[in-house]
Amino acid sequence: MSSTVAGADRFGDFGGRYVPEALVAALEELDAARVAASADPDFRAELDRLQREYTGRPSPLTEVPRFAAHAGGPRVFLKREDLNHTGSHKINNVLGQALLAVRMGKRRVIAETGAGQHGVATATAAALMGLECTVYMGRVDTERQALNVARMRLLGAEVVSVPTGSATLKDAINEAMRDWVTNVGHTHYLLGTVTGPHPFPTMVRDFHAVIGEEARKQVDEAVGGLPDAVCACVGGGSNAMGIFHAFRDEPTVALWGFEAGGEGVASGRHAARFSGGEPGVLHGAATYVLQDADGQTLETHSVSAGLDYPSVGPEHAFLHDTGRARYAPVTDEEAMEAFALLCRTEGIIPAIESAHALAGALKIGPELGPGTTILVNLSGRGDKDVDTAARWFGLVDESGEAQVDAETDGADEVAAR
Amino acid sequence: MTALDEVFARCRQERRAALIGYLPAGYPDLEGSVRAVQTLARHGADIVEVGVPYTDPLMDGPVVERAASTALAAGFRLQHVFEVVAAVREAGAVPVVMTYWNPVLRYGVDRFATDLAAAGGAGLITPDLIPDEAQEWRAAAQRHDLAPIFLVAPSSTDDRLQMTTAACRGFVYVASTMGVTGVRASVGDAALELVGRTRGVTDLPLCVGLGVSTGEQAGEVAGFADGVIVGSALVRTLADDPSGGQLAWLTEELAEGVRRA
Repeated sequence: MSSTVAGADRFGDFGGRYVPEALVAALEELDAARVAASADPDFRAELDRLQREYTGRPSPLTEVPRFAAHAGGPRVFLKREDLNHTGSHKINNVLGQALLAVRMGKRRVIAETGAGQHGVATATAAALMGLECTVYMGRVDTERQALNVARMRLLGAEVVSVPTGSATLKDAINEAMRDWVTNVGHTHYLLGTVTGPHPFPTMVRDFHAVIGEEARKQVDEAVGGLPDAVCACVGGGSNAMGIFHAFRDEPTVALWGFEAGGEGVASGRHAARFSGGEPGVLHGAATYVLQDADGQTLETHSVSAGLDYPSVGPEHAFLHDTGRARYAPVTDEEAMEAFALLCRTEGIIPAIESAHALAGALKIGPELGPGTTILVNLSGRGDKDVDTAARWFGLVDESGEAQVDAETDGADEVAAR
Repeated sequence: MTALDEVFARCRQERRAALIGYLPAGYPDLEGSVRAVQTLARHGADIVEVGVPYTDPLMDGPVVERAASTALAAGFRLQHVFEVVAAVREAGAVPVVMTYWNPVLRYGVDRFATDLAAAGGAGLITPDLIPDEAQEWRAAAQRHDLAPIFLVAPSSTDDRLQMTTAACRGFVYVASTMGVTGVRASVGDAALELVGRTRGVTDLPLCVGLGVSTGEQAGEVAGFADGVIVGSALVRTLADDPSGGQLAWLTEELAEGVRRA
């Protein structure tokens, strides 16, 4: 593994295992299973086959010149994780962990989900492999991502709406942890991001590393070299670690993570851990946490359910503190502008999470200037966000009825006469 | 001899188990929680476990979780825990604190240990801190003569039982069932088996928690453990009757239970 990893379970001071003793045995079992599997050619072959035949990998690289015209000079390429089966990068990790669950003889998987993408991917893999599946989702998120709730149910998963705390992703993780500690004998917790206790941050990164490995080759084929910058959105940070990992030892490649700036860091309504957070412990890992002076977790806000999370993967904390990657907030407003721009210039509707990475590319583009290359991880597609976006842009009224613009109104009037 | 050692020595002499009652600090509010822990102390609890309300209590079931939310909404601040600890001491029981790790980390591990010792606290139970991650805390505990109390679980391997109990002082928290805090109809054979396995690796007193709610269950557990930990049942009783009358009654029933074995 990389020289920057301090201990097997730590990234510098970050990571570790801050968990109830009851879970330690399961984490040891999982760690042993993942190490054995990664050395087993049969496991690799089965995962490769699923990625090819089921997910549709490799995902394409798309140059977006009409979008790039707004980015101040660089060429912009999108890594199209939105085109994966289930609509996001999440399936990469899910297939890997679901195969591990089967190898460990577990008959049930549980998962947390924010935007619903990880829950959908988990429900999908559970259906594929004949596993029982329960997905925990904050009540606020079940309301703003109703379409994904329906998708999970269609796939046979039980979706549990979590009303406690802030009723978002962090509370869904609490509830999943409670389930796991109770049912750990036959249940695997299919954690969806690069946080949590060891081995999750390392394992989830490794299952997503395929994103960066493919993208590096594809960019090389397109421009004959490395990109100058790699942009990704960072909630827990799995798509970012997935695309960063292949470039981490290339000092000429700037790594940029974009967090949810919500209504602006100054407003206090955001999820920008590296702008407002402090080192602490949450959900089993030492990392940056948005917390008050007493160590109580702060409520977060983002237009994007997938980035609405008060802590971040420990390896990101390490990359941040060492300066290898840079992190900046992107506000709701900036993200939605980038969302609309990609829709209209390239005919691609991105997930609002991924729109934060697009907005980030627009910000750093002018500094890089002409003759440079930006690689953006388009981590998911925006079908699930159409309702949120339609409300944001005033395309529907409060009850969700379509709003037609004045010109059309006029046309209707003429037609009615 | 520390205050915790004295409790268990006295219980051995009286041929009974210790009663350990849990209540969150600041619930239903600060004043109410001071009254409640003193009720426990005066009606038969030997040790009172003062919980720190936390936003993300992932080892707790709905009863304790709701109480934590209520306490936070009522304005609980971390330093209030020391007032509640002092109140337990004043009422004649031995206070220990139970807390998730992040509040201590944020407050400063040594500063927390200093203030806990100054308030008369005897130790700290850490449900999400295993000895593997506790070097800083164990050093601070030693400096301030506080007992680090870690949990063992049915899933703990023999190696981990040995390592964990070797890191404990005062007593070992034996989490009797896999799962979160809450009232259970039966405590189950897992507790008996785990106590047996743990006895094999340590001479420390073993206190069993997770699920005990009645005098009868307390008596059952007292038959094989050195201490009986009761949490959710007390919290629920306090929620139902904030006057504390029923809390006194339940504490007495439990205290009688631990003497029945």
